[in-house]
Formats: sequence, C-alpha cells, structure tokens
Amino acid sequence: MTRNPESELEPGSRKPTRTGMRLIVPLQGIVQGRGGLLLGSLIPCALVYFLQVYLKRHRSSKTLSPSTSAENLTELPRSSSRANLLTRGSIGRVHVSSRASSIAKPNDSPYYIGLDRVQEDPYDEINNPNGIIQLGLSENRLSLDLIEEWLSKNLSASMLGEGGNDLNICGIATYRPADGLMELKVAMAGFMTEVMGRTISFNPSSVVLLSGATPALEILSFCLADQGNAFLVPTPYYPGFDRDMRWRTGVELIPVHCRSCDDFTLNIKALDQAFNQARKRGQKVRGVLISNPSNPVGNVLSMDMLYNLLDFARERNIHIISDEIFAGSMYGNEEFVSMAQILGSEDSDRDRVHIIYGLSKDFSLPGFKVGVIYSFNENVLAASRKLARFASISAPTQRLVVSMLSDIKFTREYMKTNRERIKKMHDLFVEGLRELGIESAKSSAGLCCWVDMSRLISPYNEKGELELWDKLSNIAKINVTPGSACHCIEPGWFRCCFTTLNEKEIPLVIERISKVVETCKRSA
Amino acid sequence: MNLLSRKASCNSHGQDSSYFAGWEEYEKNPYDDVKNPEGIIQMGLAENQLSFDLLESWLAQNPDAAGFKRNGESIFRELALFQDYHGLPAFKKALVEFMAEIRGNKVSFDSNKLVLTAGATSANETLMFCLANPGEAFLLPTPYYPGFDRDLKWRPEVEIVPIQCTSSNGFRITKSALEEAYQQAQKRNLKVKGVLVTNPSNPLGISLSRHELDLLLSFITAKGIHLISDEIYSGTVFNSTGFVSIMEVLMNKKYVNSPVWDRVHIVYSLSKDLGLPGFRVGAIYSNNKLVVDAATKMSSFGLVSSQTQYLLSAMLSDKKFTKNYLTENRKRLKRRHAMFIRGLKNAGIPCLESDAGLFCWVDMRHLLSSKTFEAEMELWKKIVYQVGLNVSPGSSCHCVEPGWFRMCFANMSERTLGLAMQRIKSFVNSISDSNNVSQNKRHSNKSSRRKSFSKWIFSLSFHDREGER
Repeated sequence: MTRNPESELEPGSRKPTRTGMRLIVPLQGIVQGRGGLLLGSLIPCALVYFLQVYLKRHRSSKTLSPSTSAENLTELPRSSSRANLLTRGSIGRVHVSSRASSIAKPNDSPYYIGLDRVQEDPYDEINNPNGIIQLGLSENRLSLDLIEEWLSKNLSASMLGEGGNDLNICGIATYRPADGLMELKVAMAGFMTEVMGRTISFNPSSVVLLSGATPALEILSFCLADQGNAFLVPTPYYPGFDRDMRWRTGVELIPVHCRSCDDFTLNIKALDQAFNQARKRGQKVRGVLISNPSNPVGNVLSMDMLYNLLDFARERNIHIISDEIFAGSMYGNEEFVSMAQILGSEDSDRDRVHIIYGLSKDFSLPGFKVGVIYSFNENVLAASRKLARFASISAPTQRLVVSMLSDIKFTREYMKTNRERIKKMHDLFVEGLRELGIESAKSSAGLCCWVDMSRLISPYNEKGELELWDKLSNIAKINVTPGSACHCIEPGWFRCCFTTLNEKEIPLVIERISKVVETCKRSA
Repeated sequence: MNLLSRKASCNSHGQDSSYFAGWEEYEKNPYDDVKNPEGIIQMGLAENQLSFDLLESWLAQNPDAAGFKRNGESIFRELALFQDYHGLPAFKKALVEFMAEIRGNKVSFDSNKLVLTAGATSANETLMFCLANPGEAFLLPTPYYPGFDRDLKWRPEVEIVPIQCTSSNGFRITKSALEEAYQQAQKRNLKVKGVLVTNPSNPLGISLSRHELDLLLSFITAKGIHLISDEIYSGTVFNSTGFVSIMEVLMNKKYVNSPVWDRVHIVYSLSKDLGLPGFRVGAIYSNNKLVVDAATKMSSFGLVSSQTQYLLSAMLSDKKFTKNYLTENRKRLKRRHAMFIRGLKNAGIPCLESDAGLFCWVDMRHLLSSKTFEAEMELWKKIVYQVGLNVSPGSSCHCVEPGWFRMCFANMSERTLGLAMQRIKSFVNSISDSNNVSQNKRHSNKSSRRKSFSKWIFSLSFHDREGER
C-alpha cells in the first residue's frame, strides 16, 4: 500500500476533510508501522461492523401483512387448516424451541401461499365474481346434500340420546378410551370393508381412531422411526406429508421420483436405488410411504405392483404406510385394491403394513376430524392407542358418526351417488381442458386431476412453472397447486381439484384458463 | 424383525405407574349400586359429574346448537367443511369470555392469543414442543398430576425436575425449593426452560397464593425462563376468594411490557369446569406471538371437531346460562366437598384444607405401618382390595412424603360417596383394632410383604387408561 492516502478518496472530491484525515492518518500510521495500531485496528473493525449492520437491515426478509381471515362472526369463514399464517416476520425476544421457530415462520410453499390468496379474495358467484376460484384444496363439496338429508331424518336419535328420548350427556361427556369408542371402531371397520369393495373384512380391534389423518400419520411416524431415520416417498406427493411426517418427529422424507412416461406409477427399481443411496449416506430407511389412490395424480396401484412393493419391503425389512384416504372416491374402471387385501397369513408381512384412512375425503367431513390407523402389528397398535390421547375424536362427533356409518343402506347409497358425481365432474373438467389443448394424466380416483401444462411454461423448469402458477393465480384468478410443491421432478404439472366446484363453474374456470393459455402462446 | 421406534418401545408413557394400576383393578370389578354393590368405588378419576343436568336442560332448550342450525338455518355444510386451525372465531370468542367470567372478569382475554387443542393433554404437549428442545427441562412442584410424566417426557422428550413441597408449610412453593430444583437441574446438566404449575393444584386442590405467584414471576424473571400455568381447575374453585389467575398478577403494571410478559402461558380446558372431558376441548393462551403461531400450526395434530366447536360456542355465548352454571356448579362442589370432609373427619382422617378441585389431598400418614413408600403401597393395596376404593397414592404423584392420597369426590352420586365414607370408617376402625393385636407379628412380616408388593406393582401390565386427572 504505497498509494498516497489522498488518492483513496472518491474521484471528484478535492481535498480530504479534516475528519477524513483523522481517520486515514492512523491507518497510514499502521501501514508505516507507527503507533496507530490500536486505533488502526479498532477503526476498520468498527467500519466493518457498521457495514454489516447496514447490510443486514437492507437484506431483511420481506414483511407481508398478516392475512385476515373473515372475522365476521355472522358467517363461518371458509378456509382450510392448510392456510398459512403470515406473521410480521418478528422473532420473539424470548427463547423458544428451535422447532417452534422454524414452524412459526411463514411458509413459503406455493401450496400454502395459494390457499392464503383464496382466503383473501375468495370467489363468490354473487358477492365476488372476480375472486379467486379454489382448485387447490382437495375437498369434496359434491355430496354434502345427501348427508344433510340423512341428518334431517336421523339427527335427534343419533346425537345425544342413548337409545331413548332423554338427552344423556353423561354418555358422551365422560372420559372414554383415548383411541375411540368401540361402537365407532366397529362402525368404521364395517365402513372400510364396504369402501374397499368387501374383498376383505376389517377388524375393529385393529382400528385406532384419531382426530384426522394428519395426527394419524404423525403418530405412525413416531411409532415406526427414530429421529434422523427416513421414509421413501414416491413423487409427486401430497405437500402435507412434509409436515405430518417430519415437523415434530425429526424424521426425513426421501423423494423417489416417478415420471410421466410411467404414468407416474411407482417404480421398484427407483425405490431400490434410493434405499441404497440412503444406506451409503448412513441414513436408515424405516419404510415406504405411499398414497393409494395417489394424491395428486389420482392413479391406483395394481395388485401386481402391491405385491412387488411388499416383496421389496420384506427384502429390506422395512414398513409400508399406505395412505388410502381416497379409496372410496374411485370413478375409473379399475377395482381398488387395498394393501390389506394382499397380505397373506404370514406374520412377518402383516407386521409391516399400516393403513391410514379417514372421513375427510370419501365422506366429505373434514371438519369433524375423523382419522384411522389400521395396523396388523400389535406393538404398533399398542403404542398408537397410547398416543391417541393427544388426538382423540370429540365425543359428540363419535356418537354422530357411529349412527351415520352404521346405516349401511345410507352409506352404500351415498358412496354410489358420490362416485357418480365425482366421475361426472372429472369428465367435464378434463374434457374442458382438452379443448384448450391441455392433457391430464390418466387417473381413476380422488378429487383432483394431474394436469400437464408443461408446454405452456417457459423456461422449462421450476421457475417457469411458478411463473405460470402466478399467472393462473393473478390473471386467471384460479388457485391450483404447482407440481414443485408436490416435489414433482418434471416441471409444468399442476394439481387441480374439481370437487370444490359446481357444474356451472367448470366452463367459467376453463374460460379463465384459456386467457392464460392465450397469453402463454402469444409470448412463446 | 420389524423394530418399532425407540419412542414406541420405551415406557415414557408412564402407564406403568400405580396411578393407572388402580384403574385396572377398578375396571375388573367396578362398583354398581345394583349389579355389583361390593365392587370397587372409583375415587381416582377427577371428573365433574355434578352438573350434567344443567347442561342437558340447556341442550334440550336449544336444539339448534346440536342440530347444526343457526337461527333455524342449517349450517351443516359450513361446519362439515370447516377445518381452519385458527378455530371457529365465534367459539374462541365465547371461550375467552367464559375464561374471563370464571376469573370474576378481573382479567380479559384476547381470542387471537388463544389456540384450540384436543384437550389439555394436547395443549401441554404442544407447549412443550414450542418451548423446549429435547433433553431440556421443566421444573414442576410436587406432588403433581401423574399424566405430566407422559405429556412432557414422551414425545417432546422434556425432563421433569421436581420442586419439592412438603406438608410442613401446606405444600406451598417456597423460594428455596425453587432454587434447589434449579440447582438440581444444573447438577444433572439439564438446561431449564421453565416452570409448570397447576393452579388450582392437582392433586392438592389449593389455589396458589399471591405470594407464590409473585415468587414464581420473580424466579422466571431472574432465570430468564417460561412459566406455564395450567388453570384447568379454575372453574372448580368453590371458595371464591382464593383463586388468583397468573394473568391477573401479570396485568400488574410492573409486568406489562416487561420481558416476563412474553413468557407466561396458560393452559385451559372444559374437561373439569364443564365436566366435558369427552368433548376434547383444550386451549393454550399466550401473549407470545411466536408461541401462538407455532402452536396454531401444530394444532393440526389435534384439532377440535367443528361440530363440537359450534355446539359449545352457542352454549358459552349464552351468558345467562354460563353465569347460572358457574354459580350452581360451585355451590354443588362446595357441598359435596363438605360432605366428603365430614366423612373423613368422622373416620379420624385429616386432609389438606382446600378451596378447589374435584378431589382432596388426604392424610393417612397415621395409618402407615412405617414412614416409607413401601408402607404406603401396602396401605394403598388394602384400600383398593379390602376397602374397595380406588384412590391415587401420593408416590404416583411424586410426593416426597409417604402417606398422602388423592381421593376424588365429584365423579359419583351422593349415595355412592356416602357408601365410600362408610367403608373408610369401617376400615379405620378395623385397623386400630388389629394394630393392637398384630404389633408383635408386624416386624417379621414386613420385609417379605414389602418385596412381594413392589414386585406386584411393577409386573402388572396395563391397557391404556384414559382421562385420569
């Protein structure tokens, strides 16, 4: 550093100021080995410190205003539990757990952001015709009228009375087994038997009831894996798995990518590869998590594939969690085959299979929080029953659901009609998209379709996909779930749920999408 | 073969304690005044069955609430689809107003700071997940509710370090006990994240004094830690002057906007006050936005059914009903408590003077053969088998002094309670008779009995026991 200190000043300035000289002279002093060591080290440190503070302030994350759910007390706000709570980005002054800090952060997945946007600007035919139409929530609104009709005829008998006219609150108010009333287990086992096509009979003693499939999954995760262990999950998968299986358990999910060339069907070789890679990394895989029928794709696994999967699990000595929550929402021509069906009488196989079920999808009752773990493994059942006390179903709801599910004539009628309605909506929606030149993956079940808009994105990557998602949200005013939120390896796929719509809204949705399609084609 | 996780295979669920063993015995031989008059009377279940008729009559007069209707219009659709983890706004509003009413409206609560959970069990566990990392610790005054061992230690993996309280000062929390517990934690290399108290206390049935509350607040200020006040029994206070909520103390101007403001959290539930444990309604209340945000999201793992939320929002919004209910419920608890105390006195059994709760902390030290926990177990076994009463031994609540038992009085009819009192009296009489006779024999038998009883306790295998505060 031989330059004259004066030349270090900005070009264009003339003489250094006095203060400038005061700063620079000590530095020069250090350089020249004279006494300015203390100041010479202090001052640069101070400068660096102030520089950091300056940078930090300007680098701080964007603060978004918190979303306001409809605080109107005269009507129920229509929103889902997956709605993201956007905070003002301030972290508390106190020490909370690291879990809390990460969970409380605003969720940046488009899955949650989209749900929030709908909450802020929901479509309503009369009051808000330009609002965002919800296609990002897999909810079935098609057949609630059937349940309502049943209720109007059966409510008083089913609700509080215990075989009589008197309201017997003692019967439902007091403590009951944490894992559910036996009557409900019986009714649920019967319902599951119906839903899975009466090919096997579900045993009430193997049913553990929980307040939703969300806690059911978390409890299974706690039972089957230790912190740091992993589950293999074929992609694309339901974004909620990341929360349910991982948040509080410390368990990891390893995505195993499925591709469109295979119709996004499970690939045992890919599973095997992923297993081996995990082992090389020193990561212990405890099981495979599948959703069958698949969310978001909507396809079902063939019996052959289920056998292959079971073989794979046996060879690796791992578990299989089969989330069969959409089993009753089949509209395709295939028969649904549950994991439970293919189990032989061999104990070692039976011990590794666990099924998740619930009433949120097939029976359109997400608000009632009714979920099931069904397992053939006594130890898993014993542990789950104890954990069920953290997520028990509210007693009045148990009572109501017992009545509903025990009315087999009603449930059969309901499932049949519901399936027909889902099929109708599916066909209308897929056809409408086809007219725009947009194809969907082959699907036969569920409340959504897996739509291929890859030709509309540019560039052909996640960024392009999110740009399209944004356009769909802001221009077309529809909320769909982008494939990247589901960990899909191929960009451009979107999950669109059509069971939140009614028939006349489909042409409206298609028309809105066409606007964006036009925009994309023009800019291509 | 197929190994389960460590968590599933361990016994941190605490179900092997004698607390739950008694339940098992009761289930095998439950008292019924018609079908099984010699059976075991359940006095180990802290449930409030005294005021069901009030709830039933309200429901009969308000069929809309249970009928998914509002003002005659069906809202079934909205309820069936409602799964927002922020909870039904109308219900949260009604609940915070109810909580305020219980506290004589000396404090008010903001429904935005409330998180709904499936019962207080879920609330406590969720708070642990939010406040502590695995391996960190919370201080709890003993004796404490046995379920905390499960709720705090199992999934959240939080350690419990006891704050020893003794009968010398009526089991009150003292500064030295707090400090000692803290030291103890340090010795064990545990980072203390907070203190958890139950106010009114389970199993003691006493409300914490203002002095104790101030002590706690100074302590957490000094140590920079959290305070959880589980006020699940706040509505069971039958001597109305005693109970002071931590919120009331916090509202004192020296605490508002102080660091401690963000570190105090309340747990509540309708299981005790309204006697509706089956409904699974619990809540976390906190001024700490981060905690509320995290807990809200975690509540996905234990949401309350929308049907229940709506039903209760209608009930709790009926101010005439809530006022009447709280008054009448308190009256009945007071009367029942007095009856129980009389019965105990009649049998020469003292108990801790209490002003709340659904139970009494009963002093049977004078009936012990020796001042040991083995003798307590001996006595407990006699009470369960010979006398036919399921009570909770103090050791299961981690009490440091043997000879104390928790006995519940609000979960049965008056007649049954009367019968229980008779049984106790006969038992006490028989002891004093046999004491004189067997004084000589006792020494030789004691040691062998001790061994077999301890073995018996630990070898029992139990089914899951639900709801047992």
